[in-house]
Amino acid sequence: MRVVLAEDLHLLREGLVHLLRAHGFEVVAAVESGPELLAALVGERPDVAVVDVRLPPTFTDEGLQAALAARRRVPGLPVLVLSQHVEQLYARELLADGSGGVGYLLKDRVFNGEQFVDAVRRVAAGGTAMDPEVIARLLASNSRNEPLGRLTPREREVLELMAEGRSNAAIGQRLFLSDSAVGKHTANIFAKLGLAPSDDDNRRVLAVLAFLGSRPS
Amino acid sequence: MTAARRTLVALGRGAALAGLALLGLAAALVMLTAALLTFLLGLVFALPPAVRLTRAVTGLARDLSGRWSGVPVDDPYLPAPSPPVPQADGWYRDGRTLYKKPTIPAFNKRWNWMIKDPATWRDLAYLLAAPVTCGLVAAAPLLTAAYGVLRLAGGDPLGVVWILLAAGVAYWYAPWALRVHGGVAAVLLGPTEKTRLARRVSHLDAARTEVVDSQAAELRRIERDLHDGAQARLVAIGMTIGAAEQLLETDPRAARALLDKARDASAAALQDIRRLVRGIHPPVLAERGLGDAVRALALDSPLRVHVTVDVPERASAPLESAAYFAVSELLANAARHGDATEAWVDVSARGPALRVTVTDDGRGGADPGRGTGLRGIERRLGAFDGVFALSSPAGGPTTAVVELPRAFPLRVAPRSPWRMLGGVCWALWPIALFPQGLVAMVLKLAGSPVRSWFLGLYMPEPFQWPVIVGMMLLGGGLLTVALTTTARAMREKESGCG
Repeated sequence: MRVVLAEDLHLLREGLVHLLRAHGFEVVAAVESGPELLAALVGERPDVAVVDVRLPPTFTDEGLQAALAARRRVPGLPVLVLSQHVEQLYARELLADGSGGVGYLLKDRVFNGEQFVDAVRRVAAGGTAMDPEVIARLLASNSRNEPLGRLTPREREVLELMAEGRSNAAIGQRLFLSDSAVGKHTANIFAKLGLAPSDDDNRRVLAVLAFLGSRPS
Repeated sequence: MTAARRTLVALGRGAALAGLALLGLAAALVMLTAALLTFLLGLVFALPPAVRLTRAVTGLARDLSGRWSGVPVDDPYLPAPSPPVPQADGWYRDGRTLYKKPTIPAFNKRWNWMIKDPATWRDLAYLLAAPVTCGLVAAAPLLTAAYGVLRLAGGDPLGVVWILLAAGVAYWYAPWALRVHGGVAAVLLGPTEKTRLARRVSHLDAARTEVVDSQAAELRRIERDLHDGAQARLVAIGMTIGAAEQLLETDPRAARALLDKARDASAAALQDIRRLVRGIHPPVLAERGLGDAVRALALDSPLRVHVTVDVPERASAPLESAAYFAVSELLANAARHGDATEAWVDVSARGPALRVTVTDDGRGGADPGRGTGLRGIERRLGAFDGVFALSSPAGGPTTAVVELPRAFPLRVAPRSPWRMLGGVCWALWPIALFPQGLVAMVLKLAGSPVRSWFLGLYMPEPFQWPVIVGMMLLGGGLLTVALTTTARAMREKESGCG
């Protein structure tokens, strides 16, 4: 699988290249600035890109902007964005086109190589990988949301993992539940939130995220 | 208010101002007499009562300027002296003299305070100028009408023309005359550049102390947080890794468990630092500016927050930060104490100022005196001359307005042509008023054969009085124009960089 990597800190970049290579990815470009990233994304058309939000030359949200611009030119280009902090605002912007293939994780998540690589694979396959912290804040800001209050604690756990972009199988593994039990929980969640059920994992995630982010602002 | 009523009100106020000008003239004469007694005969006790009298009259004029002319005029006086403090031996020192009682040192202090304040003498100038500038100008329609009535009473039917003329122009004229009074009062009764600067210096002094104090407290808090949080965790990580290293050969499984622990601890340290950074300067603010940072706040808030942002460009980072933390605190308050469900945040530019309005539908009753949060907002804003206004009646809604002046560069207005006109008027008004008007009048009354360069005296007999009176009116008019243009220039300057 071909990967484009953008990270301005030399040590972290080398570490990521090493990690990805060790898991059988082919790193076709490892760049360190916004303009280089955009050129690499559009030129190389990788299977997935791993992008740091803050990059030279401005050290603002250069990486995010480059990723969004590339996705406008190459719709559905899978991008996993890494950052030292997560913002619902950025998550919304990434999810806005509704086409999936988006990840948004805290940089800490690379500590756990297995889970990180799993997230990269999920994004490459057109799925979603939202940081648990984004989901926690999304739920916190929805604390006065009526339908959410009707979920049982277990259903809430399932919802959190689902919103992160995990499949039924992964959720079951995490919570020590059988596939059918997870299926029952998700069906309940969808009924309580008034969402149309869907078998497609990815469409399901996007529907949940859209529900959580639907407050006007 | 109907047009007729408004005109009548304006006329009545004009008449009151004319009356006040006459009263002021009397006060000015008292003041002049007191000054002469003081400086020629040494009767120093005559001055303070006279100064108090003039201040009472000009205080009224200031008040009326704000209420009737829409030009609020600040008190220009220096702060009153503090009462004398006795020395260790119980005596009061004043210069090289010692007094047993504080009466005389206190009097001396007050006397010096009055006499050295330029505002005392500017008050006198206003009182002397007011009869010609404000009095005549404001009372002109009434005087014209009165003249007409007199003519009518004298059997001249043409008096009606004068009355009609006065009634006809009053609608436009009377409100304008009130505005003229405001301009004159602003120039002569307002604080001078010097007093303004002196006040600004003392204000900045106080603000700087606050900023330095709060900054030091902030740094201490950050130091403590780092010390107890991230720093301690890093020490623990180092120790855990060291222990794992020792176990690597003998007990690889235990070493692995220790390394897992070290990894978790490093994640926790990162979390600590992240929280700290958010409190110092939120990353989204640095990356996106105030608009998106406020939007991010709105998304994180449990309230339904509607955000509108309309600013031409990014303000400087410290200003943005002050505004951001104000919004953050206000939204948090609304969610925590106000029982609100919905809030509206508006960020907009008003000229060079940045204005942020936060409104919520909570139950109100917020008191800036009680919460430390609201005090903190005020302190942060104070460093930038920012203003924080809160309206929170019991039962809601709560509206808070934050205004930061000079957030955006000012578009410099071209130099106003009015200033030229003002200069010409300043140069010409004494010539018309004094030699051509008053001196010519005195010569005419005395029946003197001297005509010198007094235009009125060269006229044929029936035109002499009208020309002399006209010259006096012209002089008063020129002085009025000069004062009002100066007031306008002052206002422009103040809105530009004040």
